[in-house]
Amino acid sequence: MADSAELYRTVRLIRRFEQRAIEMVRAGVIPGGIHPYIGEEAIAAGVCAALRPDDLITSTHRGHGHVLAKGADPVRMLAELAGRQTGLNHGRGGSMHAADVSSGIYGANAIVGASAAIAAGAAWWHRRSGHDRVAVTFFGDGAVNQGVLLEALNLASLRRLPVLFVCENNQFATSMRVQDTTAGTITGRAEAFGIPALTIDGMDAETVLADAARAVDRARAGGGPTFLECLTYRFDAHHTWEYSVRPRYRTEEEVAAGRARDPVVIQAARVPAAVRAEIDDEIEELLDRARRFVDESPEPDPSGALDYLYADGLRGRTGTA
Amino acid sequence: MPILSYLRALNRALFAEMELDPAVCVFGEDIGIAVSNVTTGLLKRFGPERVIDMPISEQAFTSFATGAAMSGARPVVEFQIPALLFLVFEQIANQAHKFSLMTGGQVKVPVTYLMPSSGSRVGWAGQHSDHPYSLFAHVGVKTVVPATPTDAYGLLLSAIRDDDPVIVFGPAGAVAHRENVDFDALAPVPLGVGRVHRPGTDVTVVAIGHLVHDALAVAEELAGTISVEVFDPRTLYPFDWAGLRASLERTGRLVVVDDSNRTCGFGGEVLATAAEEMRLVAAPKRVTRPDGAVLPFARELDLALQPTRGQLRAAVEAVAKDR
Repeated sequence: MADSAELYRTVRLIRRFEQRAIEMVRAGVIPGGIHPYIGEEAIAAGVCAALRPDDLITSTHRGHGHVLAKGADPVRMLAELAGRQTGLNHGRGGSMHAADVSSGIYGANAIVGASAAIAAGAAWWHRRSGHDRVAVTFFGDGAVNQGVLLEALNLASLRRLPVLFVCENNQFATSMRVQDTTAGTITGRAEAFGIPALTIDGMDAETVLADAARAVDRARAGGGPTFLECLTYRFDAHHTWEYSVRPRYRTEEEVAAGRARDPVVIQAARVPAAVRAEIDDEIEELLDRARRFVDESPEPDPSGALDYLYADGLRGRTGTA
Repeated sequence: MPILSYLRALNRALFAEMELDPAVCVFGEDIGIAVSNVTTGLLKRFGPERVIDMPISEQAFTSFATGAAMSGARPVVEFQIPALLFLVFEQIANQAHKFSLMTGGQVKVPVTYLMPSSGSRVGWAGQHSDHPYSLFAHVGVKTVVPATPTDAYGLLLSAIRDDDPVIVFGPAGAVAHRENVDFDALAPVPLGVGRVHRPGTDVTVVAIGHLVHDALAVAEELAGTISVEVFDPRTLYPFDWAGLRASLERTGRLVVVDDSNRTCGFGGEVLATAAEEMRLVAAPKRVTRPDGAVLPFARELDLALQPTRGQLRAAVEAVAKDR
């Protein structure tokens, strides 16, 4: 089980990674922008600390935290965001599709709610193949009104699959408040399918880890899926386009109140200052190295724009001949 | 020689591949009792861990297959109704199909989507009579439309063995078809290779799926006056352009018969490519469903919107006469 310092390292890494990535968006090094995970770090850190390296996750458009916490190389992750050949996906996926299958990361997914059924299918096949792997699917509060997610809850419960459904309730589906989009309760959806559901403090990595660990143990032992609703708050923009578009859907006072409990600060308080300083330095060094790696990495060759489209290397016709 | 029906061919292919490869499993609705006649006997032989009746949750079980395939399975997903492919277009076109590229080649998604009885069954009305193969070819999903039992067998085997998503349409108009075949000679048919069912020298008819049989009938009717070559692409994506080119080198005249709506239907792609790149001595024609067709219920209305032998014959005669 991860100790306080390890959890601190993860939340701090995610925070600083995101802050650096935002700078790189502003500088034009990362095309297309990102959906910052700032404020929600404790969920990825706590849940992934409960997993084994061979367990699986699926992630969301706001997926950097999950990918980093599950063990992807931050250096190659940053290169992926910048669209470099050296990135995790060779620059073919970017922020919204970052994947590292060798680390059990089946990829971030840009369609809200889309990956739960993928996680369920993966969990089913691994169990059938005699492995005791657990699959975690992360999604936001905006996903709980997507039909395919509800269908996946039914399938997972019906077949008692080793799946952990992790809802990151950051209060907003882009600009829409959860109470304006969601009838009933979020956990009530899972309970309707016979899946035990808990609402927990998603700002405290140790709370998340404790509850996730119980759910993962239960899934691994054949007890079936669990649903965790993790209450959190998105400190930053839905997407970095907000910096130029400046949509108004929450007040500065509200954001300030939401940021009052900071998952990085909460975890930092549990770690001796000297240890923390060492971790912080290591992270800065790592991210400096990642940034240099990005700058030194080649951009992909345009002639390979359709590389990897087919597993067998099939090439269709070009657009001109 | 024994007789093989189209649906029996699909069934035999599933049996053969499930015997051969323990990673092959089948998902669908009512497949345990085999309402479509394609999965008959599979549950008894292979058990409920490989032949899985799914709840009516097409979107979830289509992506469930994606997750399983990314983990090593080779699922075959059966759909009873062609319009369900609209419901799962996201899961096929936007998820399964894109994972290989988006992950930079980290995963493959070897799922086969099997749609027996696609197109009109006459009397099944607006929401059960679509034939949406053009959509899948358009987005680049490997798309197979076998016309005969032996091709259905061989192409389904190849689809299951392929490492990418492949969609197999069994046209309703072809599934009643039977052939005398030597069962021992049944073999995989490679994707992307067309078949000349009848050689000819005057006009090439590209016929898709069940319309191959109509094209053969029309070719026979015209045999005394026009020599028609019937070219069955068998796979729409990837398409056998070399095969079509060779046929047009012989004939220089082209008619396509395609059970798609006219705008952006697959027939348009064949005409465009032939016009751009191949030998044509006369303006080509296509026979299709009308623009934007929704099949009405009544028998005569349903049939009025599908390509007919009369329309095909008229098109062949017009193209043959064009100087």
